[in-house]
Amino acid sequence: MSKHVVVIGGGVAGLEVAGQLSRAGIEVSLIEKESKTGGHLNNWHRLFPDRRNSIEVKEYLDGMTHNQRIILLTNTTIERFNRNKGHFSITTNEGRELTADAVIVATGFDLFKSARKEEYGYGIYDNVITSADLEEMFRTGKITLANGSVPDTIGIVHCVGSRDEKVGNFYCSKLCCVTAVKQAVELREYLPESKVFCFYMDMRMGGAFYEELYREAQEKWGVSFIRGKVSEASETIENKLLIKVEDTLAGRPLKMKLDMLVLMAGMEMSEGGEKIAGLGGLNTGENRFFAAADNHFGSNKSNIEGVFFAGTCTAPMNITETISHARAAVVEVIDYLKDGK
Amino acid sequence: MDKFGYTISKERQIDYDSNNRGVASYIFEKEPSFRLCIECGGCSATCTTASFTDFSLRELNILIKRGENDQVRQNLKKCMLCGKCTLVCPRGVNTRNIVVLAIKAFQKSDNYEI
Repeated sequence: MSKHVVVIGGGVAGLEVAGQLSRAGIEVSLIEKESKTGGHLNNWHRLFPDRRNSIEVKEYLDGMTHNQRIILLTNTTIERFNRNKGHFSITTNEGRELTADAVIVATGFDLFKSARKEEYGYGIYDNVITSADLEEMFRTGKITLANGSVPDTIGIVHCVGSRDEKVGNFYCSKLCCVTAVKQAVELREYLPESKVFCFYMDMRMGGAFYEELYREAQEKWGVSFIRGKVSEASETIENKLLIKVEDTLAGRPLKMKLDMLVLMAGMEMSEGGEKIAGLGGLNTGENRFFAAADNHFGSNKSNIEGVFFAGTCTAPMNITETISHARAAVVEVIDYLKDGK
Repeated sequence: MDKFGYTISKERQIDYDSNNRGVASYIFEKEPSFRLCIECGGCSATCTTASFTDFSLRELNILIKRGENDQVRQNLKKCMLCGKCTLVCPRGVNTRNIVVLAIKAFQKSDNYEI
């Protein structure tokens, strides 16, 4: 008898898992809370480090899930999640009952809500935006201030909602540094007359080709990197943003007026993930992401037999890592189902 | 008159918008590798001058970029131009040339050329 796996979340990890499982002859139900799949990929214009269009990755994922026997349930959330005798019963918001032999949780992440860092004035000052807002501007090709004019000086604040115990997130979101560098380069490309400043605590360029992009941002695009955490922004009478930062490498405080401030929102455990953790009794870690059974060789396994994790619901990951993690989850599930459970 | 010991402190804050960064622009143009510094401090670590004085080429790089010219001017002459800093730089910055160009830039600015 064919096995049935429920995949929760239709972002990068969920789509990859669904596609791979379906190719292996397993029946898959894919549950997505939004009206379409793709997750955060739908909100991003170009991807680091090579600035390829995000549509290419979406096309790959759609190809993975195309023509496969996948039951896609969009606009769907989970209201009940129980395990009896090795099987799972899941009830959706529309009252649909699903029975599964295994479950893959791929609930992803939420972007940190930047308004929580009130000192940066997101939602208060006109020209303080987030990395996601900037992607939307790149998509439309119009990078403008609230009054419609073109910004000359743009500041990028790293670590907004990351490495910050004041908001309960002591961890590094890992991708914001390279996103900042990518967006700085793109800003210079779109607005050749502009000056772009990145305010960072550490430059964490740990991925493949990240350092190269950082170097390119300095060498080719003249982006200025200033080491120091911006303490606050305030709006001046001429509608500019006055920021205060310590230039820690000069050992002196620095003030500067900018036209636009872009906040690099970090990654947090998704609200959807927190709900599933509560319903299913799944362990979460101190960082609130799902806690894997083992950090080295069991990063797809949960504390409940038959429930597996894929992607950024366990930790911040880039797309390459997410797809690899999703494939690894598929191996774990196939191995689990093979044992006749 | 009684003296109460009060003085006015000079502001330490770098006022980026008011500072003149002509020296930095001059060096960027003549020595583009100036952009590549990642502030690792390798240059200062190997620097003989830095072992005996408070000269720091790493800091000097930053101060030039911020337009803190008074401080730069005071420190520049301490460099002996030995070039050891250039040998250790992991980003391939021609650090010695930055000092040479900074000296030239100040001479030019004194003659109102930049």
